[in-house]
Amino acid sequence: MRRSLDLALQLAAPALLVVAVGIGSTLVSSSNEIYFLNALCSVAIVVAIYVFIGNSGVLSFGQMSFVAVGAFVAGVMTIPLESKTGVLPQLFPVLRDHTVGNVTSLLLGAAAGGLFALLVGLPLMRLSGLAAGIATFAVLEVTHNILREWTKIGPGATTLSLVPETTDAVQATIGVLAVIVAAFAYQLSRFGRRLRASREDTAAARGVGVSVHRERLWAFTVSGALAGFAGALLVHLLGSITTEQVYLELTFLTLAMLVVGGLTSLWGAVLGALVVSALDSFLIEAEQGVKVGVSLDLPQGSRLIFLGAIMALVLIVRPTGLTGGREFRLVR
Amino acid sequence: MSFVTLLAALDAQTLADSVGLGAIYALMAIGIGLVFGVLRLVNFAYGQLIMAGAYTLAFTAHWRVAWSIVACFVVVVALSLVMDRAVFRPLRGASPAVMLVATFAIAFMLQAIALLVDIRDNTIGEIATSIAPLNQPTSIGGVDIRKITIVAVAVTAVVLALMAALLLRTTLGLHMRAAAADFGTARLLGVRANRVIAFAVFLSGLLAAIVAVMLTVQFPFVGPDFALRDTIVVLVGVVVGGIDRLWTATLGGFAIGFTTGIINGALPTEQTVFLPSAVFALVILVLLLRPGGLFAWGRTATERV
Repeated sequence: MRRSLDLALQLAAPALLVVAVGIGSTLVSSSNEIYFLNALCSVAIVVAIYVFIGNSGVLSFGQMSFVAVGAFVAGVMTIPLESKTGVLPQLFPVLRDHTVGNVTSLLLGAAAGGLFALLVGLPLMRLSGLAAGIATFAVLEVTHNILREWTKIGPGATTLSLVPETTDAVQATIGVLAVIVAAFAYQLSRFGRRLRASREDTAAARGVGVSVHRERLWAFTVSGALAGFAGALLVHLLGSITTEQVYLELTFLTLAMLVVGGLTSLWGAVLGALVVSALDSFLIEAEQGVKVGVSLDLPQGSRLIFLGAIMALVLIVRPTGLTGGREFRLVR
Repeated sequence: MSFVTLLAALDAQTLADSVGLGAIYALMAIGIGLVFGVLRLVNFAYGQLIMAGAYTLAFTAHWRVAWSIVACFVVVVALSLVMDRAVFRPLRGASPAVMLVATFAIAFMLQAIALLVDIRDNTIGEIATSIAPLNQPTSIGGVDIRKITIVAVAVTAVVLALMAALLLRTTLGLHMRAAAADFGTARLLGVRANRVIAFAVFLSGLLAAIVAVMLTVQFPFVGPDFALRDTIVVLVGVVVGGIDRLWTATLGGFAIGFTTGIINGALPTEQTVFLPSAVFALVILVLLLRPGGLFAWGRTATERV
């Protein structure tokens, strides 16, 4: 009884927080709404990354590739037919002559991300440590390079625009909740538990018969699918996207969110994404000059200095992140 | 774009340039490898040390060249030591991911500071003019070789020799090697952790300053993302070469610099659009076949328990 209550709370706490942010976005002015919805998209991406890195303990810089693939698949497939041939004339006919609805495109993004992750993970999941980090980084480079140069599958180096902006407060909230529930279900499943066992002690997990390669591949695929889904949400929020927006900077930022929150818990992933997003939005506003009790007016461009300094400070004071890498509990 | 055209386009000058780039990357690899050896920390902010040096050179461009270079060394080494004291030391023993992300944060911060400095005087980027003459070519046996290439190769050779002498012939070098092999045991045997680490960080800063001078000669236009791409490429090279040992890491750095130089120099740009994919696919392949590093022979990939 006590245990199921704990479990319910572990899911309810991040879910409620997300719902609160979703509701919050409808209460503020339309110019501030974008901060809230952006934060929700960050939560989706960070949770997707967490599913692999947090559960496996293997560092990956490559999850942004799946976000990118999801975003571009969903984006390209939802541009209205009448304008598609005009803006993207070189597309393969199958991509050029079909357009799908919004929800279908989200699922398509998830499917593309998952499939891509499965293919990539099949050989790559044999690696661990720094070799895994660099190999997954290489995947990001290859993905970025192909998306940027191959105009038969997307916009290439130009901006993909005219994507319907369908990610509103309702869709963002429901989408992020779906991602959180999926991540939670995965980490409670036997797959998730076996993988976490291998994270704590790889040799011992192998000793009791866990196939580390297979479990990592599962997590990588689930993470890829969720990342693809998150990318699809993102592209429908922004309405236009370039390959540079889902590349190095976002990789570092989302990874930092995860580490600041706490690498090894879902609660940490959600909290880290929201806290860093909130801080970032606040600093953007502060650069324009805001009033919080006293008037605060930071010089232009100082936002990243504060963001970097605060992130470093959090890690120095609490190396295991804000949550200590634990799930939410009422009594510590 | 085939292998044959690649070879055909190779000439002595491209080869010389590639060796020069490889030499610079090898120095960066030593700087990153030294700190990794004692701290198990991948310093992503290494590129920002070099950037700080480049900015110093740009801002002191009206000084005498020697003083300008001295200023660059002072700034970079000081920044390196401050970074160690303020960030690396409190994080000693934290998980590798946490330390890596902390260096991301520092890199972000330093880049943002550079941007702020840039915005102040209304130009993005500064130009370091005083040391640019080194970039002039000189003719050796009918081949135009830039002076900086010769300097880079010579400096790298000297640094490698000094480094080998230091690590193999001095007590401090012995301590550093012991710390890299097993820090815990080394401390039990009387190796002073703070001294060894501070010295490694100092050397790494010194190398960053040397690299800053040599890169600024070749790319005098200094911006906030100066050396960022180079650092990423060197990090890849270091891991591909084998980060656990200094000489494999150095060789990895040289190899990736040399390869990059050959590829960029030999192929016209319109043929190279998918080349990064090919290079990084090769990186993946090497890592899959030799996860411990390309040059790390006789070592098993999996960790011992």
